[in-house]
Amino acid sequence: MQIPYTVEERPDTGLYNAKLGVWLFLASEVMLFGALFSSYILLRTGDPSFMIVPHAIAEQLGHAGHGELRWPAELNVPIAFVNTLVLIFSSVTIVMSWASLRLRKLDKFRLWMGLTLLCSLVFLVLKAVEYNAKFSHHLLPGTANFLAIYFTLTGLHALHVIGGVVVNGYLWGPGAKMWKSDPARFTNRVEVAGLYWHFVDLVWIFLFPSLYLL
Amino acid sequence: MSVLEKQPPEPEAHEHHHEEPFWRKYIFSQDHKVIGIQYGFTALIFLLVGFSLMLMMRWQLAFPGKPIPIVGGLLGSANAPGGIMLPEFYNQLGAMHGTIMVFLAIVPLAVGAFGNYVVPLQIGAPDMAFPKLNMASYWVYATGGVVMLASFFVPGGAANSGWTSYPPLSTIATQGQTWWLVGMIFLITSSLLGSVNFIVTILQLRAPGLTLMRLPFFVWSQLVTAFLLLLAFPPLEAAGVLQLMDRIANTSFFTPSGLVVSGEVLDVAGGGSPLLWQHLFWFLAHPEVYVLILPAMGIVAEVIANNTRKPLWGYRSMVYAAVFLGFMSFIVWAHHMFLTGMGTTISAFFQTTTMIISIPSVIILTALFISLWGGSIRFNTPMLFALAFLPMFGIGGLTGLPLGLSASDIHLHDTYYVIGHFHYVVAPGTIFAMFAGIYYWFPKITGRRMNETLGKLHFWPSLIFMNGIFMPMFVQGLAGVSRRLYDGGMQYDHAQDVLQWNSFMSYSAFGLLAAQVPFLINFFKSIRWGAAVDSNPWRATTLEWAAAPSPPVAHGNFPEEPVVRRGPYEYSVPGHDSDFLPQHAAVQEA
Repeated sequence: MQIPYTVEERPDTGLYNAKLGVWLFLASEVMLFGALFSSYILLRTGDPSFMIVPHAIAEQLGHAGHGELRWPAELNVPIAFVNTLVLIFSSVTIVMSWASLRLRKLDKFRLWMGLTLLCSLVFLVLKAVEYNAKFSHHLLPGTANFLAIYFTLTGLHALHVIGGVVVNGYLWGPGAKMWKSDPARFTNRVEVAGLYWHFVDLVWIFLFPSLYLL
Repeated sequence: MSVLEKQPPEPEAHEHHHEEPFWRKYIFSQDHKVIGIQYGFTALIFLLVGFSLMLMMRWQLAFPGKPIPIVGGLLGSANAPGGIMLPEFYNQLGAMHGTIMVFLAIVPLAVGAFGNYVVPLQIGAPDMAFPKLNMASYWVYATGGVVMLASFFVPGGAANSGWTSYPPLSTIATQGQTWWLVGMIFLITSSLLGSVNFIVTILQLRAPGLTLMRLPFFVWSQLVTAFLLLLAFPPLEAAGVLQLMDRIANTSFFTPSGLVVSGEVLDVAGGGSPLLWQHLFWFLAHPEVYVLILPAMGIVAEVIANNTRKPLWGYRSMVYAAVFLGFMSFIVWAHHMFLTGMGTTISAFFQTTTMIISIPSVIILTALFISLWGGSIRFNTPMLFALAFLPMFGIGGLTGLPLGLSASDIHLHDTYYVIGHFHYVVAPGTIFAMFAGIYYWFPKITGRRMNETLGKLHFWPSLIFMNGIFMPMFVQGLAGVSRRLYDGGMQYDHAQDVLQWNSFMSYSAFGLLAAQVPFLINFFKSIRWGAAVDSNPWRATTLEWAAAPSPPVAHGNFPEEPVVRRGPYEYSVPGHDSDFLPQHAAVQEA
């Protein structure tokens, strides 16, 4: 039994199965993050003190007497900015890895996909540094609702990054064996993984301004 | 031409090249037919579990404070000391009856079982597009089910804040609620994997010549359902994650400031919104009711076209109505929230969209009714269930209108009227359609037919008892009796005149249980000893009957890939010697 259109495109839809599948999956992801962003907006507009750091916390952070402290101030914008650049760069490298396969150059693929993985790891390490700084100042999800939404959104995003690392790592390592047996299908797999990775980047591009800057 | 000569070869003709080990063939199978059967059995077991929970509740409502017979002693002193049900346990039963019926029984039966088994066959595909994902979807669902069942045995018992899990009640509830949330995340993941698979399969794997407007209506209903599952479930997943954070990480997404519980201010940051949960929950849960009803409409359409021996009347209008229904179902959710004080403007918007969404349902129902006109109807068991679906769903749908109008909803909200309304849609509606589907496709799966006499012994008492259970709920609800009262309203003056219905409804429920005995006997007996049939016993036109043997070829379904030449319901076409023209049959021009 052979399932049709696993590799070649179906003429009337112009898609192979996995490509349609990943687009649908991403539509579902849009609804997931869309619901969380909407919750953020609703909570922030619904509670006048949402962005104000509670007095006790402000004191503990050494801001007593400087007037009211507002939330994004405590987040580390430089680290997040670097992370934004890292993720955008990784979006470029994963396209290059796919393009290398289209040019039938497996070595180049390994290089570009390796760079993508490196970027993801850099992102995760920087994220961990950020989390650690928050935890050491006793800034926890339960401290205030701004931090709650910050940890939930960035945590869920980090889980998506980890998912991407697993998939990309598989394609970079053991999964690349498929290049020998079925190069067209392997190229498709990398394309589909790339589409997912772009989405993960896109979520961060929304997260960065809406949490760190606004 | 003679269609009967075109019968596909029987499965014996197909030689297996290699035998798969048992666990690959029946347990971790990637064959959509086996997965469909796995889903079917699991969902039917959960249907029985959900029904049993309800029977205990009905005992308590009819005979409050009396020990539950037979099972009372087994429930443990934490739930029912001396066999007498505690209110806390009643709450668990209520929450878990709803959860199990919706998420573990009906949807898996309608989509996981019928969709999985029938859709690839009806579109002439060898399997689903992603067999591994299909397998994963079943096992993630099964895990979610185990988590839900296990939650009955944790301290404090299962979730007890209603199937809607409204905070802040659910936030401060016992540990069972956390299990509920984790279980839901499994079920949502399963439905995500399934819905992606269904959409890709239907769009990509259609046989040559099977254009979208030649798809059987059942396939259309599954396509729209899959889109609803794909896009409506993630917001509930988001809500589930937020509630899990509230319960585990002590956040206050749904907890307002200054909330007092048992005389003490809750020690949380506060500033959250309990209404946010309701919006996210109903953003799923309203499309969810169309997930429950659309596959049922699809099954009924198949059975009616086959047994009236006529094309469906208004196939195109039905398709457009189903698509429009799917779209509209995303913008009606807040009609569940008229009493939350969201303001008349918003209420007016949602009651308008709610009135609009009744139109496509009425179009589908009307088209099915008109399809009966002038047909020489075969009254076999699947047809009886399909026919009963029409007025039952009609009652369920029409009684929904007063709930969709914000003025009348103020009186009816949270009364037994609501319970009567949606149970008419889902129980004698969807569940009857599921039974129609079981009797209709049983010969395809087993090669044997279920017994007609037992089938009728199942159908008629079920129809009577279903109405005996749910019709009095309208009476009680109109009198103002609230749902979720563990004594059925005994403490309320305004309920006294309608209390006598409680025992009537409960006896009907016990009767409904008895009415399922012929079905169970029939089902298990027919697997082995039912009358053997050829591959197309109903003389149907669609590919699953006409082009595949019964049961279909183990891997690949069809002996040869069918090429589709015409629409799905070419029954009684003039000028042919048989009264049905299969979708793929070549016809010699006279």
